Amino acid sequence: MPDTDAAGWHRRYGLHVSVIITDNLTKRFPRVTALDRLTVDVQPGVVGLVGANGAGKSTLIKILLGLAPATEGTAQVLGLDVATEGSAIRERVGYMPEHDCLPPDVSATEFVVHMARMSGLPASAARERTADTLRHVGLYEERYRPIGGYSTGMKQRVKLAQALVHDPRLVLLDEPTNGLDPVGRDEMLGLIRRVHSDFGISVLVTSHLLGELERTCDHVVVVDGGKLLRSSSTADFTKATPLLAVEVTDRQSDPSFDADAALRERLTGAGLSVVGDGGGRVLLVELKGEETYDLIRDAVADLGVGLVRMEQRRHRIAEVFQDRADSAPDDRPEEASARV
Amino acid sequence: MSDSMPASVSGSVSGSVSDSLSGSVSADVIHDIGYRHYDGPRLGRRYAVRSLYTLTLRGSFGLGRSLKSKILPMGLMALMCVPALIIVAVAVYLKSGKLPLEYERYLTIMGFVVAVFIAAQAPVALSRDLRFMTVPLYFSRPITAADYVRAKFAAMFTAMFVLTGLPLLIMWIGSLLASMGFVYNLEHFGYGLAAAALYSLLYSALGLLIASSTPRRGFGVAGIIMLLLISAAVAAVIYAVVNRQDQSSAAYWANAINPGGLVDSAVTWMFSLPTTSDIGVPSDFGGFVFLTEIAALSAAAYGLLVRRYRKI
Repeated sequence: MPDTDAAGWHRRYGLHVSVIITDNLTKRFPRVTALDRLTVDVQPGVVGLVGANGAGKSTLIKILLGLAPATEGTAQVLGLDVATEGSAIRERVGYMPEHDCLPPDVSATEFVVHMARMSGLPASAARERTADTLRHVGLYEERYRPIGGYSTGMKQRVKLAQALVHDPRLVLLDEPTNGLDPVGRDEMLGLIRRVHSDFGISVLVTSHLLGELERTCDHVVVVDGGKLLRSSSTADFTKATPLLAVEVTDRQSDPSFDADAALRERLTGAGLSVVGDGGGRVLLVELKGEETYDLIRDAVADLGVGLVRMEQRRHRIAEVFQDRADSAPDDRPEEASARV
Repeated sequence: MSDSMPASVSGSVSGSVSDSLSGSVSADVIHDIGYRHYDGPRLGRRYAVRSLYTLTLRGSFGLGRSLKSKILPMGLMALMCVPALIIVAVAVYLKSGKLPLEYERYLTIMGFVVAVFIAAQAPVALSRDLRFMTVPLYFSRPITAADYVRAKFAAMFTAMFVLTGLPLLIMWIGSLLASMGFVYNLEHFGYGLAAAALYSLLYSALGLLIASSTPRRGFGVAGIIMLLLISAAVAAVIYAVVNRQDQSSAAYWANAINPGGLVDSAVTWMFSLPTTSDIGVPSDFGGFVFLTEIAALSAAAYGLLVRRYRKI
């Protein structure tokens, strides 16, 4: 289903071109360089833009919307030049800001209708699209109540709805999961995924949390200090690695026996490298070949403990950062450096 | 017992529902039609500016807002019109053949109501968008900062013109109903409207500029009312002092620092109307200066507004 819709999107617009292209894009402020010769080529899909706060994400969005001039370099959005065709870009692009932007004394319906008209939709179409869009983002009866009484999750949905109401071809979402609890975060990420898979709208989503982009995006662009650190597909980031995650139980007869340490010693003795995986009891064992499985099985059997799991582990995007900061060896790849 | 109750109830309900609906159920299913793309017209920037203008104009009178936000603008509107109705009623009753008050003088007398209106409603037009940070959303749409200022200014101007023009219209219609001199009334109604337009221009520009400087509505209200009232008070003092010393028309220069007096004096000069107490121009040159000052102040305030929104 999603694939056919995406194909329909391409048919509809008759193109297979980049959504965003930047070439040596540079933005210098008097005291700081926000973007430093950034060159990226973003294809249709869900693309994540990762970087610490102050890495230049919001500056990039402003330039892409044609709201701030670049100091050097060029950028195109949907084939339109940001320097000269800002107004045309903003007609075809939706934007969800990071900060609050909703007046509390009007209802979601009133607000989104107004924003639809500001995008050029005639009054009747604005009302129709508002009802549709609010339903798609999961706002039902509450859409007639003043926004002031909404939860953070509902407000984020209204913000997303106003970015989608004019049926843009691309939406720029600035930290859409900010301030949400884990459940709200998952729902928002699912919604973002659907924006592309079901609605056929390309997405550029920024975040300072790598873990969530890993699950949501087709492609991830990592920026740091305004510089491009890495740009590649999520599959490349998380390709299968020769690692086995192993977890064992305690010895039933002797609970004080440290099964993990014993197993680690055993496997290390057999010439395998073993590291811990954070707070859990998972050991990451280097996978040398088929015989590694046998080695682990035998070791576990000899120790008289139960094998809870043995599975291939995939790379995490976070390791991009770990590779750079290799001065600090860390047992907890994701948790430790997910917050860049 | 208690366990079997829900089961039997639900059983009978589902049974009867399926019985009664068995024939039509397939026709009444709500389909989730999924996401639909929009292929209709996109009316662009000018339409967006018009929409923003309409929304702001309606908001200036509290239309489409809560009852609470209607009270003040509507109350001021009534306050502005009631004296005009009384004037007309008295003139008709006395069959005097002439309105007891000139059109342009009416606005001078009602100056306080006009000042309160701009002080209360200019922040309504701008502070909300600043306070709730909605402005960046507008600028993510096709409109530009200049478009935003244009729509807001035009809406504020229109609201002010309605407020100041409506009582004059009431007076003029009254003069027609009472068969007063048609040409004389039409002429002076025109002078009155010119004064209304200049009031709307200058007050909107100054009011919006002050309102745009703070996201807090209260500060905006206080700033505007202080500008208008304090400048009027200072001008009155200067006029009194200068007038006592040399009794010449030089004292009229005091009006240069008072927006209300500035408009009244310029209108008096433009149409060669009789001067009253402290309203008037020092000379023809002074009249020209006053008129230029109105234009320059309005243009400067407007320019600063555009510049202020460019930075967002």
